[in-house]
Amino acid sequence: MVAGRIHSTESFGSVDGPGVRFIIFTQGCALRCRYCHNPDTWNTAGGQLRSADELLDTAERYRSYWGREGGITVSGGEPLLQIDFLLELFEKAKQRGIHTCIDTAGQPFTRRQPFFGKFQRLCELTDLFLVDIKHIDPQEHAQLTGMSNENILDLLRFLSEIGKPVWIRHVLVPTITDDDAYLQRTRAFIATLRNVEKIEILPYHSFGVYKWQELGIPYTLDGIQPPTKERVTIAKNILEGNA
Amino acid sequence: MSNNAWRNFKGRVWKEDVNVRDFIQSNYTPYDGDESFLEGPTDATNKLWGKLQELQKEERARGGVLECETEIVSRLNAYGPGYIDESMKDLEKVVGLQTDKPLKRAFMPYGGIKMAEQAAATYGYTVNPDLVKIFTDYHKTHNQAVFDAYTPEMKRARHSHIITGLPDTYGRGRIVGDYRRVALYGIDFLIKEKENDLAHCGGGNMIDEFIRLREEIAEQLRALRGIRKMGQIYGFDISQPATNAREAVQWLYFGYLAAIKTQNGAAMSVGRISTFLDIYIQRDLAEGTLTEQEAQELIDHLVLKFRMVKFARIPSYNALFSGDPVWATLEMAGIGVDGRHMVTKNDYRFLHTLENMGPSPEPNLTVLYSSRLPENFKKYAAKISINTSSIQYENDCVMRPVWGDDYSICCCVSATQTGKEIQFFGARANLAKCLLYALNGGIDAKTREQVGPKYRPVTSDILDYDEVIEKFDAMMDWLVDLYVNTLNLIHYMHDKYYYEAAEMALIDTDVRRTFATGIAGFSHVVDSLCAIKYATVKAVRDEEGLIVDYITEGDFPHYGNDDDRADEIAVWLLKTFMNKVKGCHTYRDSEPTTSILTITSNVVYGKATGATPDGRKAFTPFAPGANPAYGAEKNGLLASLNSVAKLPYEYALDGISNTQTISPDALGHSEEERINNLWHVLDGYFDKGAHHLNVNVFGIDKLKDCMEHPEKPEYANFTIRVSGYAVKFIDLTPEQQLDVIARSAHETM
Repeated sequence: MVAGRIHSTESFGSVDGPGVRFIIFTQGCALRCRYCHNPDTWNTAGGQLRSADELLDTAERYRSYWGREGGITVSGGEPLLQIDFLLELFEKAKQRGIHTCIDTAGQPFTRRQPFFGKFQRLCELTDLFLVDIKHIDPQEHAQLTGMSNENILDLLRFLSEIGKPVWIRHVLVPTITDDDAYLQRTRAFIATLRNVEKIEILPYHSFGVYKWQELGIPYTLDGIQPPTKERVTIAKNILEGNA
Repeated sequence: MSNNAWRNFKGRVWKEDVNVRDFIQSNYTPYDGDESFLEGPTDATNKLWGKLQELQKEERARGGVLECETEIVSRLNAYGPGYIDESMKDLEKVVGLQTDKPLKRAFMPYGGIKMAEQAAATYGYTVNPDLVKIFTDYHKTHNQAVFDAYTPEMKRARHSHIITGLPDTYGRGRIVGDYRRVALYGIDFLIKEKENDLAHCGGGNMIDEFIRLREEIAEQLRALRGIRKMGQIYGFDISQPATNAREAVQWLYFGYLAAIKTQNGAAMSVGRISTFLDIYIQRDLAEGTLTEQEAQELIDHLVLKFRMVKFARIPSYNALFSGDPVWATLEMAGIGVDGRHMVTKNDYRFLHTLENMGPSPEPNLTVLYSSRLPENFKKYAAKISINTSSIQYENDCVMRPVWGDDYSICCCVSATQTGKEIQFFGARANLAKCLLYALNGGIDAKTREQVGPKYRPVTSDILDYDEVIEKFDAMMDWLVDLYVNTLNLIHYMHDKYYYEAAEMALIDTDVRRTFATGIAGFSHVVDSLCAIKYATVKAVRDEEGLIVDYITEGDFPHYGNDDDRADEIAVWLLKTFMNKVKGCHTYRDSEPTTSILTITSNVVYGKATGATPDGRKAFTPFAPGANPAYGAEKNGLLASLNSVAKLPYEYALDGISNTQTISPDALGHSEEERINNLWHVLDGYFDKGAHHLNVNVFGIDKLKDCMEHPEKPEYANFTIRVSGYAVKFIDLTPEQQLDVIARSAHETM
């Protein structure tokens, strides 16, 4: 049995995958996104150790709300940092007939072993991936998150190769990602993928800033306002190739 | 008889005896389609609704009341015909007002002359002194009779608010006449039936029971003749059955109008009329005598009338039931005993009134929910909820086994079989206060009075769970006994001095009665007991040795987190209370029930109650109804719903109300996602056996803005659901507005 390092759970997830979902937020992330609204999930040593069975028992208390579409979503933090736990969790979830979804920024992905073999197995147990493209430009990505995006884009290519359904998510941050040229490049990349079912634009918001203050980490996006509805619509149209 | 009026209607049983349920089951047309058939408002509707909005604005400008009657005692035919606007009266497809003018409040002294006088005085009106003299010196009122008979102990309990909201100064309400009978049978048929009942009542044996019943039937017959006359005043002969949809709507409304002209009950429900009226509309549509636009207009105009129901109330009543509610509750959907769903096109039309004429608290639109309702209807209801926050949902699958498939909601959330049952309603026992009495040996720490019995108080510093439970149980015994007896007395007097003849005339003579009690402070008692059991609670005493506060150390489980440790205590509390109620004698062989459904009264009840061991500060609001305490919910919306769903409806047949406010962003990214997520939440909650859910969809920002800028036109009809009913947010007191804002909205993403 592998225990998961869990930050928290939410009984009513309505915006992380299809339908009503039980969300498991894992603890630990290697990215340092400047707009992160959950910086309290970064520390890989934090959280509580919880077993797959216990989490699934809790999740199933909400099964009557899921209908045909809902299920569980593992978010974070970065779930793929705990791939052994994910394998056990989803193995058991599938035995219980639960729809499974991973919300990832893809940072741990690599085609090297032992990760890659485990990931291939995980794909068999995962019904849907929600993958964040933080930024299409490698340098800008590093500026924004502290790491390059090459393996992240490769994750998307791999999921496309195996035909695994994906929802692409993109946080629209004025002055950083809200730029037509970057959005066009992101669109060009998405157009090469065969498995994208949906593209979601997540407007930047500053609801998580208080957590940065609590943790004593300087917040570097002070003064940036959420994008306007018009900009969100324009960005969505560009990413969906309707522009 | 009535071959023309009943043309093309199927069935046999309902033709021989009064049996509206059989008529509905034999004739209704289930509808599985979507809302695309609906029509917008007609010019007439826009004009009338425009006029009514002007009047409502003027009413608000005048401090909440447009005009009060001071010269005429309200009766069935105290007035000639009245219209929304005399110059537009031909536009009204449904006519009839409570008085001679729209929104004018009638003078109703039978519940209590002092209250009627005070209500008028509050708004600057003086009741004719002759009328005051008549109802003080010559004619006894319900209020005077109750106070004649109250014991000193009852008065103390009432004064200290351990029993609160007693219907001893106004109509008790909660009696739903089967207004459909007027349309289906016409008044003459109903008179014949009642005459027959009177002829067979008592068989010459003049014991109390028969004497009283004979007098009541005679009163009912008088009311029926009065209703017939009311029709004539407006130019309609309602002695015979309605022959088309327009007449059916009008006849039915006259039945309801009779009720609201003669009673100022706390709740004056309309009942389950939607499916019934659909049958008439379907027939007219098939015969080509009515278009869909005309059908919608009929329903719009009927709903306009329900939006106009008004009573004169005193300030303390408004503090309890804020926003001037009348609970003109109206039901739709549900599943029939034969398994067919009962959604009709008319259910869409009633919901559509919220689009044609904007959101509104009245009528109190109630969807009788089941996960087996057609998906199209669930989506439409969810859409209307998201856009207007004006609908409540009740679980047909827990109510149908108890009440059948023709029940109405007689108040905010309580079921009664239409035309077959009435409810003796009554107030709430403040169990949070009862717990404090148990700790302090019956002394009210607020007034220092010995209100409860002088049992031994808790003397230790640290509260011991077993000791507290034992003392609480004994104090509850006292409270329940006193409470039920107080209600027995009130209902005896109400029957005697303020009998609901017009409503009872439309209900079977051989009526079944329920006796509805209620609980206030539920979640605070549960969390307090959890604190005592799982954490360390130290009593803080004042100089006289009374416990006035608590210091709680350590974590403890809270009700509202799907945590069985807390939820089991919640179930225990409900069952214990109900079992005690069952042990009492209840007036007129009524069947006892209970409820967990404080209205906005949670604010007032909380104000009268000291600090509780769960950390609630002294004299601050309770959580409403069966809602978990503010800030207690830590695991999201569904965990909270799961906790409430564990309360067994069988032990609270009068209802378990739950109000949840969800921020639109937390419900989904797009409208489609929000709609789908909302009906899945409803499916999940009700499939777990829960009873009731109010759904509000808006963010806290909107409430705050509305508080700061109530003058903005967009807020004139901004409606929110509170426990068991809906109000315009701007009509709440500032205190209640803050209370609504303080309740944790589910905003996390």
